[in-house]
Amino acid sequence: MSTLKIEDLHVSVDTDQGTKQILRGVDLTINKGEIHAVMGPNGSGKSTLAYAIAGHPKYTVDSGSITLDGEQVLDMTVDQRAKAGLFLAMQYPVEIPGVTNSNFLRTAKTAIDGEQPAIRTWIKEVRGAMEKLRMDSSFAERNVNEGFSGGEKKRNEILQLELLKPKFAVLDETDSGLDVDALKIVSEGVNRAHQSTDLGILLITHYTRILRYIKPDFVHVFVAGRVAEEGGPELASQLEDEGYDRFLTAAV
Amino acid sequence: MSADVSDEVTDLSTPEGDTAVEVTGTGTRPSIISDATTRHGDVPVQTRNARFTSADVADYPEVTGREGNWKLTPVDRIGDLIAGELDGGRYEFAAATVPGIDVSWVPRSDERIGLAGIPEEKSSANAWSTFGEALAITISGEELVELTVDRSSFGSGARGAHTIIEAKPFSNAVVVLDNSGAATLSENVEIIVGDSARLTLVTVQDFDDDARYLATHFGSVGRDSYLKHVVVSLGGSIVRVNPSVTLGQPGAEGELLGIYFSDAGQHLEQQVFMFHKAPNTKGRVNYKGALQGQGARSVWIGDVLIGPDASGTDSYEQNRNLVLTDGTRADSIPNLEIETGDILGAGHASATGRFDDEQLFYLRSRGISEEQARRLVVRGFLVEIVQKIGSPALEERLHDAIEAELAGPSAVGA
Ligand SMILES: Nc1ncnc2c1ncn2[C@@H]1O[C@H](COP(=O)(O)OP(=O)(O)OP(=O)(O)O)[C@@H](O)[C@H]1O
Ligand SMILES: [Mg+2]
Repeated sequence: MSTLKIEDLHVSVDTDQGTKQILRGVDLTINKGEIHAVMGPNGSGKSTLAYAIAGHPKYTVDSGSITLDGEQVLDMTVDQRAKAGLFLAMQYPVEIPGVTNSNFLRTAKTAIDGEQPAIRTWIKEVRGAMEKLRMDSSFAERNVNEGFSGGEKKRNEILQLELLKPKFAVLDETDSGLDVDALKIVSEGVNRAHQSTDLGILLITHYTRILRYIKPDFVHVFVAGRVAEEGGPELASQLEDEGYDRFLTAAV
Repeated sequence: MSADVSDEVTDLSTPEGDTAVEVTGTGTRPSIISDATTRHGDVPVQTRNARFTSADVADYPEVTGREGNWKLTPVDRIGDLIAGELDGGRYEFAAATVPGIDVSWVPRSDERIGLAGIPEEKSSANAWSTFGEALAITISGEELVELTVDRSSFGSGARGAHTIIEAKPFSNAVVVLDNSGAATLSENVEIIVGDSARLTLVTVQDFDDDARYLATHFGSVGRDSYLKHVVVSLGGSIVRVNPSVTLGQPGAEGELLGIYFSDAGQHLEQQVFMFHKAPNTKGRVNYKGALQGQGARSVWIGDVLIGPDASGTDSYEQNRNLVLTDGTRADSIPNLEIETGDILGAGHASATGRFDDEQLFYLRSRGISEEQARRLVVRGFLVEIVQKIGSPALEERLHDAIEAELAGPSAVGA
């Protein structure tokens, strides 16, 4: 069975004011097929965790390890991590002028599979995935994320998730900026990927509302750069009622 | 009524962080333009069409490199082209026989010579004083015709040349001057677009690494006619192409496009001038360049003049540079002068930005290698211009040329 294992992870970020420590010893183990929700207040380091897993150059891992089936992820370049089966749906997807979505998707698919997808089936697959995400076909020929609304960008992230078929996906606040309908559509996409490929998911969120549609097996409460409490889905309902206040006072 | 706008944007890329400068200005009335002047506060010393002109090299003082039009050019490396002796003889070229297009050498006495413009610079006058015959490309008929003139045999000796491209009234053509090989050349190109004619002229500068090439293009666009002028500069040590286009008759339209890709040690320069002289003319200037490698250099100066009679002018110019590595320098200077209050619109924009690390990260996080990601982004940046050229064959050729630039030895940088 495939496992993504994060052990005692310490991460800092380079800022204009110098180095700032953000993650202070994170432990998390995700097995294939499991859905883990990471919940926490703004600024607690959730995105930092996501970026550290994906290998963003701004974030420095000071100590600890991330392994995928025993392989040290930290030794891999950003694109090697993606090829190894990691995927990050970003909180703020980047616009790429002049590069069409379809060209981008094909290039990414080719890179990850190591060979060009068969053109006919690929086009069908892209079209089908877009339909299910209620994305108009014009989005294939538009430039990557350029001029997309917040919700459209999130759908485009899930489109990539469904097409690239990673082993593990980190979804960084995929729910933010989505209205109820879009939230449902995007959640269905995540659930499809989960079912069809037994995807392991690290679902980062600030609010509990996406958990109505995507059912976590585990919930981790993230405060001040580490996991403050862990539990099953019931922990999420507790947070829904009480908020993060309890943890924030504890962290001080 | 007169107003000037001049913005100078210089970007010296630094090893750290993002250096992006953006300057924009728009106006439908001169008053708005005047505001912009106050803000950026750099007024041209003279109206752009008031420069000294002469076709005789002896009329020009020595070029020192301090002159406004030379100060960003490495004049010490082109002294032979500016004032030295040039060979004005014929050179070899290759062109298919196309019905409706005549290509031939014509004598200095040809009545078209000087019709589109007279030199404003010593290097241009030097070529003008020297050439023996002009290569004339004359387009007639009304069907769309296409011609590529392959010019790859200039040789490395210093030369002066003169070219005429005449699109007769109602004609419709795409002409490509495909320049490559060795060259030490100063050239004048006269472009005469007759009434109701449509001409796309593309010049590709893809010379050998040590080539030095100075060109002045004079464009004269007639009534209700259209000139699409494209400058593609890729190869050469020093390549300086200065197109100057006059929209001299009502309804004339000029679209001046450019792409350049400056590698380590290369100096690619373009000084573009669009003169809205007659009423109801439309002008678009859009140049994009990429720079990569130590000492890669680009200069873009874009002058737009809307003359006192040019009511109803619709004008826009922009230049964008993408800096891929450290050690490059891009100068981008748009100037807009407006001498009538009654225009439709005029604006300009200039921006120089570094390759965006977040874009790179995004693409790489999808498994795309760094090199390929870089390629996608640069191609994406330049594609806007490539697509505007409107010739699929040429677009293909340019795609390939840009790929080759990206795959070059200095592509490893940063
Ligand atoms: N590139 C950066 N430069 C400066 N500070 C940063 C950077 N990245 C993160 N930080 C800081 O690190 C802390 C954690 O940020 P992070 O984005 O990981 O939080 P988050 O939990 O994802 O918050 P949110 O819920 O708002 O998305 C914050 O205080 C943030 O300001
Ligand atoms: Mg975040």
